[in-house]
Amino acid sequence: MSAHASNAYVPKSRLAKWFESRLPLVGLVHSSFVAYPVPRNLNYFWTFGAILSAFLGIQIITGVWLAMHYEPSAKGAFDSVEHIMRDVNYGWLLRYMHANGASMFFVAVYVHIFRALYYGSYKAPREVLYILGVVIYLLMMATAFLGYTLPWGQMSFWGATVITNILAAIPVVGDTIQSLLWGGYSVGNPTVNRFFSLHFLLPWMIAGVVVLHVWALHVTGQNNPAGIPIKSSKDAVPFTPYATVKDVFATVVFMILFAWFVFYQPNYLGHADNYVPANPAVTPAHIVPEWYFLPFYAILRAVPDKLGGVILMFSAVVILAFAPWLDTSRVRSANYRPIYRQFFWVFVAVCFLLGWLGAKPPEGGYVVASQICTAYYFAHFLIVMPLCGLYETPTKLPGSILESVTGPGKQVSGAGMPVGAAAAPTTKG
Amino acid sequence: MRAKSLIAAALAAALIGLSPASAEDGHAPNPPRQQWSYAGVFGRFDQAQLQRGFQVYKEVCSACHSMRLVSFRNLAEAGGPGYSAAQVKALAASYQVKDGPNDAGDMFDRPGRPADRFPPPFPNDQAAAAANGGKAPPDFSVLAKARTYERGFPWFIFDAMPFVGYSEQGVDYIHALLVGYEDPPKGFEVPDGGHYNKYFPGHIIAMPKPISDGQVTYPKDAKGNPVVPETVDQYSKDVSAFMAWAAEPHMMARKALGFRVILFLIVLSGLLYYVKKKIWARVGGEVHGLQPELHKTY
Repeated sequence: MSAHASNAYVPKSRLAKWFESRLPLVGLVHSSFVAYPVPRNLNYFWTFGAILSAFLGIQIITGVWLAMHYEPSAKGAFDSVEHIMRDVNYGWLLRYMHANGASMFFVAVYVHIFRALYYGSYKAPREVLYILGVVIYLLMMATAFLGYTLPWGQMSFWGATVITNILAAIPVVGDTIQSLLWGGYSVGNPTVNRFFSLHFLLPWMIAGVVVLHVWALHVTGQNNPAGIPIKSSKDAVPFTPYATVKDVFATVVFMILFAWFVFYQPNYLGHADNYVPANPAVTPAHIVPEWYFLPFYAILRAVPDKLGGVILMFSAVVILAFAPWLDTSRVRSANYRPIYRQFFWVFVAVCFLLGWLGAKPPEGGYVVASQICTAYYFAHFLIVMPLCGLYETPTKLPGSILESVTGPGKQVSGAGMPVGAAAAPTTKG
Repeated sequence: MRAKSLIAAALAAALIGLSPASAEDGHAPNPPRQQWSYAGVFGRFDQAQLQRGFQVYKEVCSACHSMRLVSFRNLAEAGGPGYSAAQVKALAASYQVKDGPNDAGDMFDRPGRPADRFPPPFPNDQAAAAANGGKAPPDFSVLAKARTYERGFPWFIFDAMPFVGYSEQGVDYIHALLVGYEDPPKGFEVPDGGHYNKYFPGHIIAMPKPISDGQVTYPKDAKGNPVVPETVDQYSKDVSAFMAWAAEPHMMARKALGFRVILFLIVLSGLLYYVKKKIWARVGGEVHGLQPELHKTY
């Protein structure tokens, strides 16, 4: 097929040549999103990066518009949100897109993270790429928490109270951090004001780390379901049009789910209590975070000691960053790891179970179950990952990505990439 | 297979071992589910019902409950009770609204205008609390979205889904609360200033039974009979529907737009699927699934 562009971008017009010799921006984009070699065996779990970029865009655009109408004060926040819902043209659409967009962002990021864990995408040479992803996830959590406080309903207020009190448990600097966030001696007007400022700031930091994440990706190349590197041009296809069209298709399908929640279940993922204006004198019966924090909330409450709970909760996220070194297996993809694969699905089930437990009151059997699940969560990283790699016998890996698709010895019509492209995926950027 | 059975076993263990723990929490029975004209994908508010509900609010509830985020003009807007602009103007004018300060620096009362919000029955929360046994009656503006009840596993999963979805928990709860006043069971102590309600969490509610049969006179049909029964059950349904609208005045616009958006996305994704298939055919097609080595179809 001659349809494939050659590997490098060659400016054609005089203007393009003039510009490219001064700032090779078009060439950079071309090498990253057009000629970039993509393993030909990627499945739909690899489309979630594109879906996540789409949601970062949606959140920033709707968020900037909402900020034009929102009033960051304890007195005006709740009413200004209702003003957006009632009086701003399509304000209800902006707000429901933003609120449900946050949830969909987390749905996509969880699929993305579990995909990385299943296919061993964190292993060499992608450690930095993966750790940047963990950083993005942490920033997302902070942003989502700050955003949830802004409508200044009961859950906003009490969520902010619980979380800022948690931070106070940090030794030495805890109190300082807490009063800096509060802007006073309790959660109040200065708190909303600075949370709004931080909520506006963090997405741009996410966008910055996303650039690094994509940069690192384009240096190492993508992992793939077989977990073996691109060896010849036949193992890869150019990003455009093959990955582009697949990503666009998957994103549009995911938008159907998003639209369903925005238009028909806009409050399903939220809490009814957050439609009650914040009241420092009345504590809600159950203070529960948004669904995407529930597993960590369960871990926090599984420990009777406050500081211990805080340490464990943060460790649950931070431990993700150590996966590249905790996993001792040489085989990346769990497709070829019969034992680890089963442990992986148990781990997924435990995460769901923790999420369910996080929504339950911290009493009786729920606490015991949370403790068992928390222990298993950490055991997965600290025991299963190192030992599985040492004692498991992986099944035979395919000779190449092409072979993993076609079976050994078969031929496929049409070469994937022009020769040379796949062997040097890092020519630019 | 083994992974699946492990997950199933874990879930089963969780359900068997843990469900009794919630029994202590849920002593109020779940509100009975009602039929609402505005439920579901094609749901629309029943204008006549919203008008009756507004009548109940105006004649009964508004004595104590404010509705501070709703403006008179909203009553004439599309997707609402469908009053005419003239009706709303007349209605607004029947209220006195505090305005000012004027050029002399004085606050003054004037007849309401459609752009005004519903004036509250009490000047502030403290006055409302003082007049109502120590607790201010909640504002009606978003109350239908601020109330709910827990559906529990697995129902909450079905509630999110198309066709079996359920998002009217709040209105069902309000309706149940209004019809839930009854004599306390034997041995149940109701403290002074409290009232027994079957559906209120903890059963003791500060609000006395707010409405009784025949209290509000509904519009009559040609034969002189009320169009719907003048019962507490009917009043409750109507005022709950009205509160659902007050909490979400653009609901009908939302559902109508959503239908078009989702239809568009389905068609677009169908087209994109075939575009993608055609493009990938150039390199011999693509692989699907978690374990591509199990899908060697070409």
